[in-house]
Amino acid sequence: MKFLYRRLIFYVVALWATITLNFFLPRLMPGSPAQALMAKFAGRLNPLELKSIAIAFGLDVHQSLWQQYVTYLGQLAHGNLGVSLTFFPTPVIKVVEQALPWTIGLVGISTVISFILGMAMGGISSWYHGKSFDSITTTFFTFTYAFPYFWIALALLYGLGYLWGIFPLSGAYTNGLTPGFNGPFLGSVVGHAILPALTIVFTSVGYWAVTMRNTMVATISQDYVSLAVAKGLKTRKVLVGYAGRNALLPNLTGFAMSLGFIVSGAILTEIVFSYPGVGYLLYQAVQQEDYPLIQGILLIIAISVLCANFLADLMYAYLDPRVSKEGNQ
Amino acid sequence: MRDVILDVDQLTVQYRTRREPLTAVDHVSFSIQRGEIMGLAGESGSGKTTVAQAIARLNSGSTVVRGNVRVNGVDWLGADAHSLRELRWKRLSLVTQSVMGALNPLTTIGTQFNDTLEAHGERDRKKMRERGQNLLGLVGLSSDLLRAYPHQLSGGMRQRVGIAMALMFNPDLIIMDEPTTALDVVVERDLLGQIKGLQHRFQFAVLFITHDLSLLFRLADRIAIMYAGQLVEEGPVNRINQRQAHPYTRGLIRAFPSISAGKQMQKGIPGNPPSLTNMPSGCRFFPRCPMAADACAKSEPPWLAIPGDPSSGVKCFRWEEVYDE
Repeated sequence: MKFLYRRLIFYVVALWATITLNFFLPRLMPGSPAQALMAKFAGRLNPLELKSIAIAFGLDVHQSLWQQYVTYLGQLAHGNLGVSLTFFPTPVIKVVEQALPWTIGLVGISTVISFILGMAMGGISSWYHGKSFDSITTTFFTFTYAFPYFWIALALLYGLGYLWGIFPLSGAYTNGLTPGFNGPFLGSVVGHAILPALTIVFTSVGYWAVTMRNTMVATISQDYVSLAVAKGLKTRKVLVGYAGRNALLPNLTGFAMSLGFIVSGAILTEIVFSYPGVGYLLYQAVQQEDYPLIQGILLIIAISVLCANFLADLMYAYLDPRVSKEGNQ
Repeated sequence: MRDVILDVDQLTVQYRTRREPLTAVDHVSFSIQRGEIMGLAGESGSGKTTVAQAIARLNSGSTVVRGNVRVNGVDWLGADAHSLRELRWKRLSLVTQSVMGALNPLTTIGTQFNDTLEAHGERDRKKMRERGQNLLGLVGLSSDLLRAYPHQLSGGMRQRVGIAMALMFNPDLIIMDEPTTALDVVVERDLLGQIKGLQHRFQFAVLFITHDLSLLFRLADRIAIMYAGQLVEEGPVNRINQRQAHPYTRGLIRAFPSISAGKQMQKGIPGNPPSLTNMPSGCRFFPRCPMAADACAKSEPPWLAIPGDPSSGVKCFRWEEVYDE
C-alpha cells in the first residue's frame, strides 16, 4: 500500500506540472495566441463579445500572469477548457467529448487486440526458438512493423474500398442513420472501423510479437522454467504460469504507454480514413490555429498518459511481488 | 544385492551446428547405487552439465545420439512424453546452481510447492499445505516461509527451499548441479552437512556435479572425472584422493592447496582443454599430459579396470606408472 501511496503522490505532482506547462507554453510563444484569436474574430463579433471570450480564455490583459493562472486552474476545476474557434461557439470539452468515443473505440480496441495477439504470437514463436516457424514469424513481424502505416492505410483504402468497394471510403458510419443502439447503425460503425482497425493492428502487432518473443526466449532459459519442466508440470502451465507471466511484465510498461497514447489517436490513420476521432480533430485544430482546442486536446492526452501509467503501476504491483511487498533486499 | 538407481550406458550427446554436429559427451558410462553420492567432476566445458541435462531430459540444444539411461529400472530416455511427465520429480529431481533463478519470482514458495503437487494429482489444499510445512521443516526452515516470495529469502535459504522441493516425492535420485557454487563457504558447509544428513535418512542417490574436488572428498562416496566429454577415471573417494590412476586426476589434485601438507609448490595443469571442434586424435589429454608417449597420440586408450578395485576404472595407457608412483 505504501508503494501505491507514493506513486499516487507522484502522479498528482506530475498532473500539476502538466497543467502548468499547458498553461504557460502558449504564453511563452512569440505572438500571443490571444492576438491570433482576436484577429480571427475581428469584424465578426462586437467588442463586448470579444472581451467576454478573452475572459473565458483567461487571456484578460488586465490580469497578471499569476491571476490568469489562478483563473485557469479555477476554470479547469469546473471542466471548462474554453471555447473552440473552429467549432465556435461549442466549448472545447464538448468538441473533444464527441471525438473521444470514436478514437477510444477504434484505436483502443485495435491496440488491445494487437497487444494480445502479439503476446500470444511472440510466446508461441519463442517456444519454437531456433526452428523454422520462429524464423518465419519473426521475419514476418519485423517486416510488418517496419511498414509505414499510412501506406498500408492508403493501399487498403484503394484496393478494398475504392476498387472492390467492399468497405466504405470514409467516416465512422453512413450518413443518415440514427446514432444509437440499433442494428443498422452498429453494423455501419463496425463496417467503417474494419479497415482503419486492420491497418493499426497490422502495423503494430509486429512490435509486440517481436519484443515478447525476445523476452520469452530469455525467460525460457531461466532455471525456474527448466525446473518446472523437470517437476512434471504440464507444458501449458510452464508456458503460461512460469515463462509467460515473467516475460509479460517488461511488456506491460510499453503497453501502458500505448494505452495512454490511444487518446491522441492514430493521427495518420484517422486522416486517411477521415475518421472523426481525436487525431483527426487535432489535425483540424492545428490547421485552423485553434489554440484552445489544441491546448485542450494536449491536456487530455497528457492526463490519459498519466492515468495509463498509474494503471500500469497498479497492474505491476498486483503481478510482481517484488514491487509492492516489504523485505526487498 | 546391488540396487542400481542410475545406470548410464554409453551416453553420447551432440550439439547440432551449421557444420558438423559437435560431440560434447562421448560414450559416458557409470552407475549409482541406492544411498550413494557420486561426484562428477571436471573443468568448465568438460561436459558434466550436458551429462546432467541429458539424464534429466532437459536438454534443449543438444541431442542424445547414443546410449541408455535407466532410472531405478525405468528406460528413462525411451519414455514417451506423457509417462515421462508423470515420472518426473517422483523418480528424479534436481537442484540447480542458480540461487537467484531456481524459483519463480512471481509466486510464493507455497504456491510453487502446490504447483508441483497438483501436477502429480494432489487436489486437497490442506494436505498440500501440510506437505509444504513438512518439507520446509526437513531443511530446517520455518513453515511461515510458505507465504514468502523468493526475493524475501537469503541465498542459503533459497537453496534449502530448492532441496526441500527436490525431496517432495522422496525420489530415487537427486541430481545436484553445483548447488553450493554461489554460496559462501560457511553456508556451503552447513548445506553440505544437511544434504548428507537427509541422504542418510531417506537413502536417495545423488549425482553431485562440481568442479571442486576438495568438496567431493568431504561429501561423495565415489568420484568420476570428466575430461573433454569423456570419463577418464572413476573410483571410490578414498582411492581417488590417495592414489590416482590418471595423470589428469593427479594434476587436478595437485592443483589444490592442502591445509595439512604445509608449504609446497602448487602445480597447475599446463595448457587448456581442447575445443570440441578440434579434438586431438588418440587420447584427448595427451597434448597436456606430462607422461604422453607416442602411442597416446595414435590411438584412444580403452577403459581399463584397476585390478583389486572392481568399482574403479581408468582411461589411460600408462595408468600403472601413475598408480604405482
